[in-house]
Amino acid sequence: MQIVDLAQSNVRTLNQRLHDLPRDTNERAWRILNPRGAHAVAVGLNLAVEIHVEGHVGYYCAGMNKEATVVIHGQCGWGVGENIMSGLVRVTGNASQAAGASGHGGMVVIEGDAGPRCGISMKGVDIVVGGSIGNFSAFMAQAGNLVVCGDAGDALGDSLYEADLYVQGKVASLGADCVEKKMTPKDAKTVAALLAKAGIKADVARFRHYGSARKLYHFHVDHADAY
Amino acid sequence: MPTKRPHSAKSAKSRAAKSARPAKAAATGPSAKIGPIDPNLLRPSAAFPPQVIAEIHRAADQGLYEIRGFGTKRKLPTFDDLLLLGASVSRYPLEGYREKCDTNVVLGTRFAKKPIELKIPITVAGMSFGSLSANAKESIGRACTAMGTSSTTGDGGMTEEERRASKTLVYQVLPSRYGLNPDDLRRCDAIEVVIGQGAKPGGGGMLLGQKISPRVAKMRTLPQGIDQRSASRHPDWTGPDDLTIKLQELREITDWEKPIYVKIGATRTYFDTQLAVKAGADVIVLDGMQGGTGATQDVFIEHVGIPTLPALRLAVDALMELDMHRKVQLIVSGGIRSGADVAKALAMGADAVSIGSAVLVALGCNRPVHVEEYRALGTEPGFCHHCHTGRCPVGVTTQDEKLQARLDPERGGRWLRNYLSTLTLELQTMARACGKTHVLNLEPEDLVALTVEAAAMARVPLAGTKWIPGQGGY
Repeated sequence: MQIVDLAQSNVRTLNQRLHDLPRDTNERAWRILNPRGAHAVAVGLNLAVEIHVEGHVGYYCAGMNKEATVVIHGQCGWGVGENIMSGLVRVTGNASQAAGASGHGGMVVIEGDAGPRCGISMKGVDIVVGGSIGNFSAFMAQAGNLVVCGDAGDALGDSLYEADLYVQGKVASLGADCVEKKMTPKDAKTVAALLAKAGIKADVARFRHYGSARKLYHFHVDHADAY
Repeated sequence: MPTKRPHSAKSAKSRAAKSARPAKAAATGPSAKIGPIDPNLLRPSAAFPPQVIAEIHRAADQGLYEIRGFGTKRKLPTFDDLLLLGASVSRYPLEGYREKCDTNVVLGTRFAKKPIELKIPITVAGMSFGSLSANAKESIGRACTAMGTSSTTGDGGMTEEERRASKTLVYQVLPSRYGLNPDDLRRCDAIEVVIGQGAKPGGGGMLLGQKISPRVAKMRTLPQGIDQRSASRHPDWTGPDDLTIKLQELREITDWEKPIYVKIGATRTYFDTQLAVKAGADVIVLDGMQGGTGATQDVFIEHVGIPTLPALRLAVDALMELDMHRKVQLIVSGGIRSGADVAKALAMGADAVSIGSAVLVALGCNRPVHVEEYRALGTEPGFCHHCHTGRCPVGVTTQDEKLQARLDPERGGRWLRNYLSTLTLELQTMARACGKTHVLNLEPEDLVALTVEAAAMARVPLAGTKWIPGQGGY
């Protein structure tokens, strides 16, 4: 176990050490102590290591992650796991805005609540939120799954492309071109598998499915009020 | 949606024939007695000239704004309104064809461990694969590599072809984040965070369905054939304080090696420049309103933003105010076409320029070949702005296999290389005439303005006077 105390060291030194790890490294288990809200902790990881951050982090923790598992034992600021490609980013507390923004793959798990714009512009990532999400979540989401065990704020899925959104609680309002869709057995299976992978318990039967009406895919004179 | 013409050519001809008849034919009916009106007697409306009337008819037919490519077509104050003062008795010129006049420029000296050095201060602006054909992107890469300068990716990610062809490649991080990935971030030579572009500051990109080919759709994670409208705001930051943290993240991911550019469309340029510097940019890329676009609303292109000339002055002022001029480098784009434009931009304080539309023209855009295909688009060579249709007759702005085969990357690369060489020679010629051993030694004192407007915007004196409008109390 590699232990880095950010009270003694700094983010630059930490990230450089992580980036310098050879692909066949034995140093695959890491603990980061005293992050104290630092930004850009453990960003740009490019191999399968497991990192436990013991405390709260600032913006963009585990940004652009590939292959690695990063667990934040605390709360986190904006853009946790932004543009994640693969691997797993987990937050045991709450996440601020834009969690998992533009993620291309892998999984982001927020055990608590996530703020506005969760899953904005997502491009294939799976996001599972144990609590609720804020407004404008999944804005322009292109691909992937967003599973929310609590409620969703206003304008969920505005200008949505092909991402699938599953919410167990109430949805304050749907954004432009986002509609409720049938929860098929295949959808239920997807949600069950994602919950299991995320380690979050919830009743799959209570989830509702939202997706794109695909009416804004082409410019049309009669959709002017939605642009 | 095709617009139905109200009258056919045949009926117009027949009306003309009828109108030529003598007045006595009036007895046969009212339509037969009315001939064409002498155009000298018709009073055109300044508010409703024929193009405005045609646009209102088009809007009434289609119910949607006009979307087009290329840049603004309106007349603006430009570098053409400035002149350089060559040396004479009071200044000493360099021997035009013998003495050395250097053109190299280093970008990213502020924070990056690996700044990039270019042999010429003329770079190629970001234009996406998708908007441009793969052959056009490869042509650009080949020419830039041969000339020792950089090219830039675009909204849609990096292609293997352009990475292979380009020695120095700038990788754009855009609001859409299409195709953005850390591997490309690590293998680029510089990063450009795009806040906006001159053709549409405040607006997101656009790529209409006809250009969303299977490959483009895959790169952007979009359904094939949809009208793609990119976001205008970044998904994970909002203001200058957030941008500071975003740049820190990008530096951390790339171990502080790559220069980070921040690209802004010209609007509130003074403040935008200062905020980008404060946020930690190594290089500011400033795109004036003459900057081109692959597809944008005409109303946006023509009515939003400020011209390159005043924007450049504001950006240089902003850098000097912070004592960051030449420490944070400034690249200016938007309407650069000739070595004279480059020389004047550098004299005003830019470190380099970036060209986009002129690159496409060098690759054959608007060349008078395949004329019938221009006409099928409703235009003529020299007037075409139909990049958005994907039916580019010369294979530059298309994803159609047959059309893009018309641009051979080797030949395209040669054309662009020739053009960049010409710009460089013109630039050196003017710099030598002003007595400069390096093109970056050109300075505002070498410039005068031809018009009051240009003098006020560029803040150089009106030719033959000491007058800079707005200075000295009047």
